[in-house]
Amino acid sequence: METHQIYSLTSVVLFAIGIGGVIMAKHFLKKIIATIIMGGGVFLCFVSFAQRDALTFADPVPHALVITGIVVAVTSAAFALSLARRIHQLTGEKTFPDEK
Amino acid sequence: MTDLPTSSYPALLVGLPVLMATISLFFKSRGNAVAGLIGCLLTGGLGIVSFAEVTQRGTLIHILGGWKPPLGILLRMDSLAALFIGITAVVGILISLYAWWYFSSRKVSDGKFTLFWSLWLFLWAGLNGLFLSNDLFNLYVTIEVITITAVALAVLSGRTVALFAGLRYLLAAITGSMAYLLGVALLYGSTGTLDLGLMGQALEPGATATFSLIIITLGLMIKKAAFPFHFWLPPAHSSALAPVSAILSALVVKGAFYIMLRLWTEVFGVSLSYAAGQLIGFTGAVAVIWGAWQALLQTNLKMLVAYSSISQMGYLLMAFPLLILAPGVASGSADWLAPAWTGMAYQVMAHAFAKSSLFLSAGIIVFALGHDRIESLRDLVAWKPMTAMAIGIAGVSLIGLPPSGGFMAKWMLLKGIFLSGQWWWAPAVLLGSLLTAGYVFMLLRLAFAPAREKIAFRPVPHILQVCALLLALGSFLIVLPSENLIQFLGGTESFGTGIESIMEGGVHGNE
Repeated sequence: METHQIYSLTSVVLFAIGIGGVIMAKHFLKKIIATIIMGGGVFLCFVSFAQRDALTFADPVPHALVITGIVVAVTSAAFALSLARRIHQLTGEKTFPDEK
Repeated sequence: MTDLPTSSYPALLVGLPVLMATISLFFKSRGNAVAGLIGCLLTGGLGIVSFAEVTQRGTLIHILGGWKPPLGILLRMDSLAALFIGITAVVGILISLYAWWYFSSRKVSDGKFTLFWSLWLFLWAGLNGLFLSNDLFNLYVTIEVITITAVALAVLSGRTVALFAGLRYLLAAITGSMAYLLGVALLYGSTGTLDLGLMGQALEPGATATFSLIIITLGLMIKKAAFPFHFWLPPAHSSALAPVSAILSALVVKGAFYIMLRLWTEVFGVSLSYAAGQLIGFTGAVAVIWGAWQALLQTNLKMLVAYSSISQMGYLLMAFPLLILAPGVASGSADWLAPAWTGMAYQVMAHAFAKSSLFLSAGIIVFALGHDRIESLRDLVAWKPMTAMAIGIAGVSLIGLPPSGGFMAKWMLLKGIFLSGQWWWAPAVLLGSLLTAGYVFMLLRLAFAPAREKIAFRPVPHILQVCALLLALGSFLIVLPSENLIQFLGGTESFGTGIESIMEGGVHGNE
């Protein structure tokens, strides 16, 4: 199995773990971490397509995209965390009311 | 594409709101709102002017920094983009004016919500950027800008119910955009480009194309709150402040829909997606009926209006099975393409006007009474006649009674459905209208019913009611230039032929 295939398969597995976590985990933190794992999967997928062959340089475009993607993902995760923290401060809840 | 006329409008449409949003952050309370309102009026004005420019000169492009694609970023303002930007501009100006008086006439204890202005301007920049984008990654970045600012606006009131709704909205939206981005990664891997046009040429039908089509569409359907991913929309839209609800419902959900439309008509090949088009149409039909049914069951006005959004957005998805041609059908012989496009465009416009008017009217009622129980609409014609009128007019457009924009939308959609022979969509359109009539007339019945007791309400600034009424009237006025609009839209790629058939029969003519 070639390197980029291992990367691609891993990325799909990570993505699936993330999706499962967002849907099935109840705790806010677990849900948010699941979205971060999902993001990791997607970025790994991008990077795995950057490989061309052993002689030439890797395709730089996916790396530029991943950098941008990471910035966006960090921002959304930070925002989600601050929302969860505010909810916890106001109500003491760590889960959605209908998911207990 | 780089030989099209260049213009600086596309760049200004994104840059100006970002600049004004940043400027307004430097001021405190009053100055912040003044800068914000000026920014909104300038951005709106620019949107209208650039729409007019596109009607004169055709598609405009802007190559950012002089770096030509595929390396650089190209902003494209064709007639479809111009239409969306134009609607956003008109609706956005009226909502901004409403917001100005809504916030300035509230007591200090209610909070002045000064962050509203910069968030709303950033959101506006994101929307304009989305409509102008011509590559998949730019679309991703703009829709993320929209999501983050939209959630921030939704939780602006700081109420617990809004925070819960906002977090759910954000988690759903992140999941949706990650799914979209995975699809983009796969498409880039198989075609080596992100440009919509180039990708459309390079994409070969196969497993990768099918999988990325599915995952991108699923991701966007989450963001668009299509059935069965609509769960986050009603709480998020109904718990937000009135101007924010209007922005979210009238404009933000259109963003994800716009990407879907672009991708399906420009990238994913014809034969690839006929069955998927049928499936999407089906989820749209279910949303139309289910959303309207849920709206009938609500006891709070804002929840009713939010469920109505799910129903009305379903009509947009029902245009997809008409726009995606079956294998072997040449677009030249498909005379239903033009009516389907027209119906969809009218549905976008009519819904943006009517829904923002309804949410602003609901905001007036909350402002006056402190709550929005539907039962409290009793005798509305006596104590807030203008608001009652706005609800009535907007409601008539949602139902689709002539001569409203909603009528044009549903009429053209039905025409496309019958011309294409896909008659099975027609009952859903009609049943949706019937159920919509049910909840609109329920509101109007109460508005005309005599009050049981004397109603105590806070005085509401007149201008708030004027803004809501103007938006409601807008959903009728869009019918006046219908012939010009149809011809204008004909400039969009993949609009197809059949425009003559509309013109000959007349827009309101019989077939």
